[in-house]
Amino acid sequence: MAFAPRLRLLLKETGNIAAFAGHFVVIGSRPRYEIKEFLKQCFVIGYKSFGLVALTGFIMGLVLTMQLQPFLISYGVDSQLPAMVGIAIIREIGPVVTALIYAGKIGSSIGAELGSMKVTEQIDAMEVSGTNPFRYLVATRIVAATLMLPVLTLLGNAISLFGAFVGVNLKTTTGFHLFFAEAFQQLGYIDIIPSVVKTFFFGFAVGLIGSYKGYNSGIGTQGVGKAANTAVVIASVLIFIIDLLAVQITNLFSVI
Amino acid sequence: MDKHKEISFDGPPIVIENLCKSFGVRTILDKFNLTVGKEENVVILGKYGAGKSVLIKCIIGLLRPDSGKINVLGNDVLSLDHEELDKVRTKIGFLFQGNAIYDSMSIRENLEFPLRRHWFKKSQQEIDAMVMEALQNVKLAHTIDMMPSELSGGMQKRVALARTMILNPEVILYDEPTTGLDPVTARDIDGLILELQQKYHTSSIIISHDMSCVKNTADRVVLLLDGKCYTEGTYEQLEHSADEKIKQFFE
Repeated sequence: MAFAPRLRLLLKETGNIAAFAGHFVVIGSRPRYEIKEFLKQCFVIGYKSFGLVALTGFIMGLVLTMQLQPFLISYGVDSQLPAMVGIAIIREIGPVVTALIYAGKIGSSIGAELGSMKVTEQIDAMEVSGTNPFRYLVATRIVAATLMLPVLTLLGNAISLFGAFVGVNLKTTTGFHLFFAEAFQQLGYIDIIPSVVKTFFFGFAVGLIGSYKGYNSGIGTQGVGKAANTAVVIASVLIFIIDLLAVQITNLFSVI
Repeated sequence: MDKHKEISFDGPPIVIENLCKSFGVRTILDKFNLTVGKEENVVILGKYGAGKSVLIKCIIGLLRPDSGKINVLGNDVLSLDHEELDKVRTKIGFLFQGNAIYDSMSIRENLEFPLRRHWFKKSQQEIDAMVMEALQNVKLAHTIDMMPSELSGGMQKRVALARTMILNPEVILYDEPTTGLDPVTARDIDGLILELQQKYHTSSIIISHDMSCVKNTADRVVLLLDGKCYTEGTYEQLEHSADEKIKQFFE
């Protein structure tokens, strides 16, 4: 496909996503609030993702430490390892990796679920039974996805730091309290607050794109597969774009 | 369930005038007219892609026609806002071709869903009783705590029918109720449609090209061709027609 039609398609899709987000704000802010469905989605999206986030977080911390340790030892600054790992995990790697895993699991699951509901006319059935499917299915999932990712990221970061502690102790011996004291010594509010705030935006992006793709999926099983796949791809790209913007904004407020 | 019934309108339950609907350059409905009388079963007969499903989706507000009028139980459907349309929809049942049962919910939750949306002042005991009555009507009371995936196609169709009936609608729209079912199950569904219609005094539009279903359920048959009502009459009248376009459906 030539460049101009592709660009037109991209702009059209961006406009549609923006309109979908606007519709979410309008519909989601008005009663009736679907509290029961929202809590159910928090359980599905948050609680059921914890195992995966914990496992990947632990491995991430462990591997990061095992990669950095020989390098820092060769320069004789291995005492800086906890602080370095702490900054890397809390500021950048933790939120971004957790969000990418979240996009893979939750973005695809929302896209596939809503897509198959559309294909099997379940969304139409909901509408004819007098329920606003956008409010019931989309708004609840977007809000739950937005609120659950920060929680998962905080837990994932903690487990990741524990993985780093285990990694340090594979070659040397460092006490638990000493490791965490050193890890947090170099961290300030300017590191922690933006990294938490941006995860709300990551979560919103995952929920929004998953819902948008599923709700507007094509006909048939191919359409459902495509919805799930593109939901993950677009959400992942958005996570990096939001991260880039977050870094720029954070640097405006940074004293260093 | 009869005790909940409130007949809200005395005129013809469905009146459609000059309905037009196109998708791009393709005209699906072209000044289509139809009136459905009280407690009447009207079967819309037509080929695949003739616009039968589009017609009933326009009636219930899932699709918006390009022009024309749709009056359901005295309400001009096209002029209603979302909340008003939802109120009218509680009086209209819609049986989807693919059943559209919520596959993440049990049969009980599927049937409770419309009740909880509209009759949220009802107690759990009342809701349980209504769910059980709806399932007993379709002879599937034992499936109440099963998941949809555990049921056969015919059973799913009957559950969908029970869900359609649970709000005690005055008008029911059936989208190909027997498509994909074996002849015995299809006959059972035909029987259930008639049984429920007699029990609850509903008026119906049945979309079908299954001639056995048409014969069993129709008070009147409307043939939809080229977006218009080509002809109408009883099954017997159309069966004995000499018109080639009509005859092809009965051969």
